[in-house]
Amino acid sequence: MVRVTHNNDFISFTDLDEIVYLLKNISEFDLSGYSKSSLKRRIERFLIVEKMDLVDLKNAILNIDGFENYFVQELVVNVTEMFRDPEFFKQLKAKTFPYLETYPQLRLWSAGCATGEEAYSLAILLKENNLLERSFLYGTDVSLKALDFARKGVYPLTKMKSYTDNFNKSGLTSEFSSHYTAMYDAAIINNEYRNKILFSTHNLVSDNVFNEFQLILCRNVMIYFDKELQERVLNLFYQSLALFGFLCLGTKESLYGHPIKSKFKIVDSTLNIYQKIK
Amino acid sequence: MTGNADKIVLIGGSAGSLLLIAEILEQLPVRLGYALCIIIHRSPTFSSEIEQNLSKKLNRPVVAVLDKMPIENDIIYFAPPGYHLLIEPDKTFALDSSEHVNYSKPSIDVLFETCAQVYQTNCSAFLLSGANTDGAHGLKTVEDFGGKTFIQKPEDALIDTMPLSGIQETHTSTILKNQEIIRYFSYNLRST
Ligand SMILES: C[S@@+](CC[C@H](N)C(=O)[O-])C[C@H]1O[C@@H](n2cnc3c(N)ncnc32)[C@H](O)[C@@H]1O
Repeated sequence: MVRVTHNNDFISFTDLDEIVYLLKNISEFDLSGYSKSSLKRRIERFLIVEKMDLVDLKNAILNIDGFENYFVQELVVNVTEMFRDPEFFKQLKAKTFPYLETYPQLRLWSAGCATGEEAYSLAILLKENNLLERSFLYGTDVSLKALDFARKGVYPLTKMKSYTDNFNKSGLTSEFSSHYTAMYDAAIINNEYRNKILFSTHNLVSDNVFNEFQLILCRNVMIYFDKELQERVLNLFYQSLALFGFLCLGTKESLYGHPIKSKFKIVDSTLNIYQKIK
Repeated sequence: MTGNADKIVLIGGSAGSLLLIAEILEQLPVRLGYALCIIIHRSPTFSSEIEQNLSKKLNRPVVAVLDKMPIENDIIYFAPPGYHLLIEPDKTFALDSSEHVNYSKPSIDVLFETCAQVYQTNCSAFLLSGANTDGAHGLKTVEDFGGKTFIQKPEDALIDTMPLSGIQETHTSTILKNQEIIRYFSYNLRST
């Protein structure tokens, strides 16, 4: 026997499509290539937090100026860490730095950088290997709020301390605390790192190549995209990479099943580090 | 590519559920006629060992889910640690690194809820031993969307918090002893 469904916790996939369609028509945000279940959960959460129903939401999208920016910022997942997946940073150094060292100048891109922790981690790793001076980093994201945070480079001290373990497992020899200054309950990332990173908006769905890079990190971003959008983004990265430049994806993301794989060499198959070879 | 599994069975467990799960898997027939997806709370540091060991021992594919993997019949899937596991309407898996739910990532609720909405009456779910209440709301969602729900008998569970909260949240769940659960997976295939 099938019980009649009266479950008000969820919106339907049709509702989801309608919202995505509406948003696409009135703003520059096209979420139609995002994974549906995850996006639907975020919208359901948003409705609860904002005490809105679907009608309110549609009205707000149509009638409130700037609402779409706020809405999208609340939908994207900004969860991140310093030195997330320490083994990745260890292997990044071991397998790509010997090659990067041969360049007089380096441009590196953290795409989907959220609140900046990944870009700062990379800068610290470069510094410890005497590569920071010749480097310039870009951190990009769609969330203006996250980018503001990233630019400031100020993180809660308790959170920073909780990253010490990651840092130590990443194979670095310095003290983690030497890379920031503690003030009351906040930690400010050292100036030399903040001066080396430009944080700016870039939408992987709709924006294009803006520079040429020796290294691109895009970790835990493409899991929110469907295969088709992943394809687009991978092409964008391919075009943005110098020949023999490196592309690094998250631990659960790979080029497996993507045609573009043939243009890359696998540098590390578990940590998903690839090198452009054609 | 989209998945071919028309039916899916979910098993959610936490502390004290792994032994029972191992026993269930040993009794499974080769042809299941459904996809089996197992989600247990575990720390990312133990990463892939469970799947590899089981795969060797059972001599069949035991897969740690990768992002956008199609859901296929007769395959045993494990939710990878450190990510939420969700089901997409086109019968593929999706991962998500958003906030913990019920202090858990992966959260059983997240998998059960998203799976229920996609598979509806073709989703069955088991809730086993565990020390928190994750999974109970998900189990209720499976029930709400017409799927079958099963709960390990609290007396048989090493830690009964999870089964008890499942019993509290749902109305139509079947409560099963360990031996009955194992038997369910070895014979009772038609009704899944
Ligand atoms: C989970 S965070 C990943 C942060 C970091 N890379 C890491 O691995 O810890 C995902 C980020 O992707 C961003 N994002 C989502 N859609 C995007 C898009 N279309 N273009 C650029 N960034 C996007 C989100 O705003 C979010 O900050």
